[in-house]
Formats: sequence, C-alpha cells, structure tokens
Amino acid sequence: MPEPFKLILKNLDEPGFTPDIGCYQRHGGYEALKRALAMPARDLPDGKKLSPQEALREDVKASGLRGRGGAGFSAGLKWSFVDRRSGKPIYLICNADESEPGTFKDRQILHKDPHQLIEGMILSCWANDVKLAYIYIRGEMPVAAKLLNQALKEARAAGFLGKNILGTGYDLEIHVHRGAGAYICGEETGLIESLEGKRAYPRIKPPYFPAVLGLYMCPTIVNNVETLCHVKHIVLMGPTEYAKLGTPNNTGTRIVSLSGDVQKPGYYEIQVGRVTLGELIFDPNFGGGLKPGRTLKAIIPGGSSSKVLKAGEVFKLNRKGADGQMAKVDVSLLDLPYDFDSLQQAGTMSGSSAVIVLDDSRSMVQTLGNLSEFYAHESCGQCTPCREGALWLSKATHRLSHGEGRKADADYLTHIAQNIQGRTICAFGEAAAWPVLSFVKKFRDEFEAQGAADEAAHAKSQGTSSPKSSDPRSAAGSLQTH
Amino acid sequence: MSFSVPASLEAELDELTTHYPVKRSASLMFLHALQEHFGYISKDAVEWTARKLGLQPINVYELVTFYPMFRQEPLGKTHIKVCRTLSCSLAGSAELRERFCTRLGLDPHAHAAQTTPDGQFTVEFVECLASCGTAPVVLVNEDLHHKVGTAEADAILKQGQKA
Repeated sequence: MPEPFKLILKNLDEPGFTPDIGCYQRHGGYEALKRALAMPARDLPDGKKLSPQEALREDVKASGLRGRGGAGFSAGLKWSFVDRRSGKPIYLICNADESEPGTFKDRQILHKDPHQLIEGMILSCWANDVKLAYIYIRGEMPVAAKLLNQALKEARAAGFLGKNILGTGYDLEIHVHRGAGAYICGEETGLIESLEGKRAYPRIKPPYFPAVLGLYMCPTIVNNVETLCHVKHIVLMGPTEYAKLGTPNNTGTRIVSLSGDVQKPGYYEIQVGRVTLGELIFDPNFGGGLKPGRTLKAIIPGGSSSKVLKAGEVFKLNRKGADGQMAKVDVSLLDLPYDFDSLQQAGTMSGSSAVIVLDDSRSMVQTLGNLSEFYAHESCGQCTPCREGALWLSKATHRLSHGEGRKADADYLTHIAQNIQGRTICAFGEAAAWPVLSFVKKFRDEFEAQGAADEAAHAKSQGTSSPKSSDPRSAAGSLQTH
Repeated sequence: MSFSVPASLEAELDELTTHYPVKRSASLMFLHALQEHFGYISKDAVEWTARKLGLQPINVYELVTFYPMFRQEPLGKTHIKVCRTLSCSLAGSAELRERFCTRLGLDPHAHAAQTTPDGQFTVEFVECLASCGTAPVVLVNEDLHHKVGTAEADAILKQGQKA
C-alpha cells in the first residue's frame, strides 16, 4: 500500500510542535545551516576547487530538485543562470503568494514551521551570495506574515540572520513583504514589479529574465516556499541520497493538495512519482475514495490552470522496456504516476501539485464557469487578448450556466481561448485558456447539449427558431465565423 | 476632520521604509498599515503615502485601484470574505454567502462587497483563499474559518454583532 513520505511535513503536524525557534531547534533545526557554513572548499577530481557556496549550488543541481511552484524547472539550473559578474547585488525572493486555486501546501509550512522555510532561505541566500532577501506573502495570510516576522526576529537573536552569521562574516537580512490580493503576483516578474511598489504587470522576457534583470534591474532568484525548504534537506542528506527519493528526473518529495469530491481532502507529501493519481484519490492513506455512490468524472491534476483529465482516459507514455529501449506504453488515468514528466506526457501538468477531484454529480459547464470567472477577475489587464478574452470566456461560460447558452458556444469558447494562448506577455494567458480548451474538448457533448437546450427554451419563449440578430449574444457569437 | 497619522504609526512606517533600497517598494506595506488604522484608504492617505515615499499621488492611487484588498470606503467592523473559487464552490460557498447576506438583510444576488447600514458587517465574495482542503472557508477579518457550515456561519454573525 502506498504511504505518505514525510520530509518537509515531518514535524509540523506532530503533537506539541510549535512555530517558535526553541521547538524547531529541539527538532534539529538550523543544524543544516551550521553544517553548510562550516563546510571547507571542495576539491574536484580535476584539481579545481569549489568554494563551499559553489559546492552547495552544485549539490542542488545534482539533487535534481525541480521548482515546486508550478513550472517544475530545475532549481539548480535556475540558480546557475544568475548573472554573477554584473557587480550588482543579487536578490532572492521567496514566492509565498500561494494562490493557484486548489493549492494549500505552502500555507501549512508558513503557519506551522516558518523556521524550516527561513533556514532553507538562509542556505539558498548564502549559496548565491545574497545579502538582502524578501518573503513575498499573500495579503490574505496576515497571521502567517506575523508568524514569519516573529520567526525572523528569533533567527536574528540567535545569530542565524543579520550581521556576521555564526561568526563567518556573512551578512544577510530577510524581510516580509505583503501582497494585496492579486493572483498575478504569483508570476515571478509580476511579483518583482509588485515588490518594487507598482502594479503587478508581468515583464516581457527577453530581456527581463529575473536571473539577469530582476528586482531593481539586478540579478534575482525567485523560488517557491516548498522549493526553498528542500534545500535544507539536500544539505542534510547530501544530493545523492536526496536524489534516491522519488523517481529519476522527478526526485525528492512533493506536497500534494487534494480537494474536491473525495472523502479525505488534505495535504499529503509523497515521493514524486511513487504514488499514482488513482492512489491519491482512492487509497485510505490519501483521499480515501469518492463520496458514497459516486463515480469519478474528471481530475484537475495540477491547479486550476492545468488541463483537465477525463475519467477513463488512456495515455501513451514513454517507458523503458525490458530491453532497455524506450517504448510507448498505454497507461490509464488512475495509473498515472504523480510526477512532473508523466503528467506532461499525458498532455497536462502537475503544476502546483493541486489535485481537484470531480465526481459524476458535477456539471462541467458550471465548473468551467467558476474557473473562467476566476481568470476574468485576475487578469492584470496588461495584454489585450487576455484582458478582453478572459472576460469573454467568463461571459460565455456564465450564460451557459444560466440558461442563456447557445449550441455554438463550445466553438466560440475554443476560438477565444486559442486566440489568448501564446499571445500574452506572461503564462496567465495559457492559464486562462487551458482549462477552457480541455474542458470543451473532452466534455464537448455537455457544452453542446446545454447550449442546445438553452436555445430550444429560448426559441419556445420567444416563438422564434433562433435568437434575434439584435440579441447582444449574437454579436459576440459572430467572432467564431472568421 | 483633518487627516493625521499617529506618531507611533509613522515611526513604524519609517522603519519599514529602511527594508528596501528603493523607497517606492514600501508602498504596499504603507497602504496595508494605513488601511488597518483608518479602515480604508482615503484620498488623504494616498497623498500622505506619496509625500512620504517621494512619489506622485497617481503612483499610489493606481495601486489602490489595482489590488483587490485595498478599499476606498469604510467597511463593516466584521469583514466576511467567502471564498468563491472552485473547491469552496463545490463545497457550497455560494449558498454560504447567500446565507450571510440573507441573515444580514443584504442582497443575496449582488456580486460586489456589501456593507450593512449599521456598519457592523461587510460580506464579500473573494477568489481562492488557499485552503481548499477545508472548504468552504471564510476569512473573518484576520481569522480563517474552515469547513464553515450553517451553525458556524451563524456563530460568526453572532460574534460580529458584539464587535
């Protein structure tokens, strides 16, 4: 039977574990920091020497750690892109703006084990010669912001933060910065703009890659809360041992946020790829199955922006056969290992590892309506296709959910979504478009049936066979014809 | 009444400004602190922030209109934010919000934030509060309430009457 594996979550739900530094240190806290800062330079086989900081950067690369915020990009590689020759200060920002619908993992760390994040951050800052760092936390988490400020104060008093950390001559300051309710601040360049005191309009890349032109146009690292926590464990375990957790190219553990129509919603830490989607939903150690008498309809596997998966789907995955050759193998939805690569091969993503389960009592039309309203509300408004398109998507799904739909709305929705994706500065365009494209593609019959039923009801009440041309809905609908 | 920021709050904000190499970065933190103190962001608060940070008022005002948490009018003493997004919606957050509105004599179908005439309550639908595993969730001022059913909803209202 698959079991949760607690690395990041090891202490935080233990009875008696409190967020103060005393308790954290009684559980081995700040030992990784002490160990790293005492590390000697590392001799390489070719006679070169790595400074202890360079060695940690190499270890993070070797650990295979991939970003836990959504993109799943190699953390070590991200660090390696940092421009270290510009002479400008290097900044590190912890992205604690957890707001992808379905995700509630960072919340646990921030509220219950803030020192784990701070230790991971200090290590990451030290490895990257960072002297000033920020925790950008969601405005809607005021309690966590206070806890973090308290934890930072304790860390300063204990000599882990501030001037001359542990007598090594290394100085670092970390400050908490609160957001104010805008989802787009989770996008790293939007977050940087917000931290500069501006509207969170994402920057165009190139040239504004944070590793080169980030905060105040200086090299900047933006890492997710959970990602930074892992750095501590890479130091303690060593990269080789760490990489034995999980599966090749999908190393370590991940905290999965499970919500929707399951018996036991909650956050579950797993070894990446060692537990399947089916086990996450049905195993008593995880979701514990669906509500009584219900069957599975769909899974949103990686936060609301990921493409929906339909019950019964079978995917072609690349697998190494007995002969060592890669071959395409059929894998059904519930047998998909929950990791970065398998979900990508299934045409979606593990994103922020938020799994939302939908059972047969749910209308896919209503569900998409809920999500599209979110994206319409959260578009920052900078790029026209997204600002206008996200609103059109929301209006069309809204009318379908309120008895005013049209049969052609399925095509209309697809058409708009296709004209948003790839035409915006940041990935929000894709985030708004992907749910629409996948819902309509995989549940087309539901959308068409709803539209047809609404048209029929409309015709009956109007005594005509089709909506009048003066109907404002027709004007919007005409977009689909060209 | 003229606008005046207490000396202790101003000192706190001056200290905050030192957290950033560029003063403008402190804008959001200023607005949070002023909103907490005054209950909303007035035109005076915008101008005061701009003066303190060496900005034009528009630089601050455009933040107030962009970030959903900032308010330009006073709100109720108990601010009830009901999560609207998917997992909470699946768990009945629309019905929950309707219950709050109906019990408070507010329009259950209006979408925007509504405040009771006596200034005790504001009810608002907000986007994902990042606690989908304990849906439906409601943020009451600073406190997050989990798995809010009708009994807890009524308890929140009862508590708010005393505020």
